[in-house]
Amino acid sequence: MTLDMELESVLRAPALEMAEYPAKVITLANSKKMVVRQAKRTEVPILLDAVRPTMKIERDFYDIVGARLYAELLGWYRYRVRNEYCLVGQIDGYVVGIVNGRMVDEDIGISYHTIAIDRGLKVGAHLFAAKMEHHIEYLGQDEVWITAESPIGFRRWMIEYNLIKQTGVQHELGGATSYKLTRQLYFNSKSRLVAGERPVPEILLNFAHENLLVADEETIQEKICGTIGGQR
Amino acid sequence: MRDVAIIGVGMIPFGRRDEDTLLDMLAYASLNALDDAGMGDKGVDAVYVANMGAGILQHQTSVASALVDRLSLLPAAADAVENGPASGASAIKNGLLAVASGYYDTVLVAGGEKMREVVGWKATDFVATMTHPEVEYPYGITLPGMAGMFTRLYMEKYGLTRDQLIAVAIKNQKMGTLNPYAHVKMIITREGIVESPDAAVNNPVAADPLHFYDMCPVSDGAAAVILCPLEKAQEFTQNVPVVIAGFGQATDTHTLQERDDPTNLKAVTLASEQAFNMAGLKPKDVDVAELHDAFTILEIAESEHAGFFKKGEGGIAAENGETSLKGKIPINVSGGLKSRGHPVGATGVAQVVEIVFQLRHQLDEARQVKDAQVGFTLNFGGFGNNVVAFVLRRSE
Repeated sequence: MTLDMELESVLRAPALEMAEYPAKVITLANSKKMVVRQAKRTEVPILLDAVRPTMKIERDFYDIVGARLYAELLGWYRYRVRNEYCLVGQIDGYVVGIVNGRMVDEDIGISYHTIAIDRGLKVGAHLFAAKMEHHIEYLGQDEVWITAESPIGFRRWMIEYNLIKQTGVQHELGGATSYKLTRQLYFNSKSRLVAGERPVPEILLNFAHENLLVADEETIQEKICGTIGGQR
Repeated sequence: MRDVAIIGVGMIPFGRRDEDTLLDMLAYASLNALDDAGMGDKGVDAVYVANMGAGILQHQTSVASALVDRLSLLPAAADAVENGPASGASAIKNGLLAVASGYYDTVLVAGGEKMREVVGWKATDFVATMTHPEVEYPYGITLPGMAGMFTRLYMEKYGLTRDQLIAVAIKNQKMGTLNPYAHVKMIITREGIVESPDAAVNNPVAADPLHFYDMCPVSDGAAAVILCPLEKAQEFTQNVPVVIAGFGQATDTHTLQERDDPTNLKAVTLASEQAFNMAGLKPKDVDVAELHDAFTILEIAESEHAGFFKKGEGGIAAENGETSLKGKIPINVSGGLKSRGHPVGATGVAQVVEIVFQLRHQLDEARQVKDAQVGFTLNFGGFGNNVVAFVLRRSE
């Protein structure tokens, strides 16, 4: 795509300087090692391949989460969202989950979306925790604004982190009720909910960087939907 | 009394079945059982449906007559059986008595539950409605809570260890990966749930000392069996008939606090003894057993109270692999409730279906107990206040 860089400089959102999320590795319940690392903007086209199939899945509101995440990642790729970041979870190179968010300013972060492609292993919960870890510990923010678009999200975030309801505060994702995680709430929950070890062994991290792999659409649908109704 | 055979079995994969109603699931499982029994258009004399929660979860009652109509089995007699999580085996027992007495010749027993229609805590609350309405439920007790307290007492009295519970969890999740009907098909490892620095997050305490992976999942599902007199079995099918050689049922106090020793599951012992006595067999004669492992502790405690091991030795046996597929007494090689799932009304029927598969020798090698001749099931209602046991035998 040809760009008029003069106009592009007007359209592109100015960005704050953002600390990088240091990669970590989480040992899952089945002993698989999930590398959690910050995705590079150039990797977005591959991530979009992972998200695209989810937009067709109604179960657990994957369709709306997938569609919005797709747009947010594309917005980041095209420099249309300010201060966005994306963390990716990989097992054996394959994308098993994605989370993203952005900095509103130095003090306040916005949690965008969390999507788990591998289910039943707390991949989504681990990645959401990594996102909170990034905002509070590495971006050094005071609070993160969060909303939920699925019952699973509500249970995992609002209840497990004991988030504070923010009456009258508009979350960027729309009109749903907004909650916030404070530094205190984060550190109260950290030992219970935040997993992972650093540094990631070099061989594991290099493999993740060099092999950002996406399962085929059928596999992604099967992983997300599991048992299909109507089966005799 | 006539000998009663199971001539047909049917099940559907347990799990989340968003697209199906309770009646859909019961119908699918029933049709599978009717097909398996070679019933064709013959119909059945009576239908017993095991279900615990349709009145609460689906705001639906009279599911038995609804199923008869749905399956075009009119004018078969229809009864629903609600007996908590022991509803499935209770329904089979009622069907068994009806056939054994000579009153009916062909009976369909179907068990089903649709629990994923509500969020997890509502499902937990629904199951807790079986606790005492005055001295337990109002104080917030749940079945996981009861199991946690029971486990702590068991640890103190018998030296049960967490490693023994973990051995049950790992075994049953491994077996679930081999069972096409299982809800949870996921290997877990000691590293992932105990030893790694991340294990505490992967496997948090749920009801101390029980952890997340000590619990069965909340599931949708259904299972069904067809009963008829043994002497008429070959009129319908060439399947190897499986005979219900013995059954037992016993009740204990509603509240745990009223028991002399809360770790003593008297109803399990009594129901098992009745079943073995009726069959003229002993626990040592059993080749494969399905026990009600809603929590890992229950598989261990039931294996002792049913007579497979002495008190205090069930956990050691589990840890030593004696309850694995190739062990001394294979227990829950289906994956048990832990992996197959626990749609409460379906569970007791699903246990019997699994044992019929085993006694017909029709499972894959990875899950088949070699040359199994005698099976045992134990369906556990309340916290051991209502227990039904069956001894099943392959009939050549």
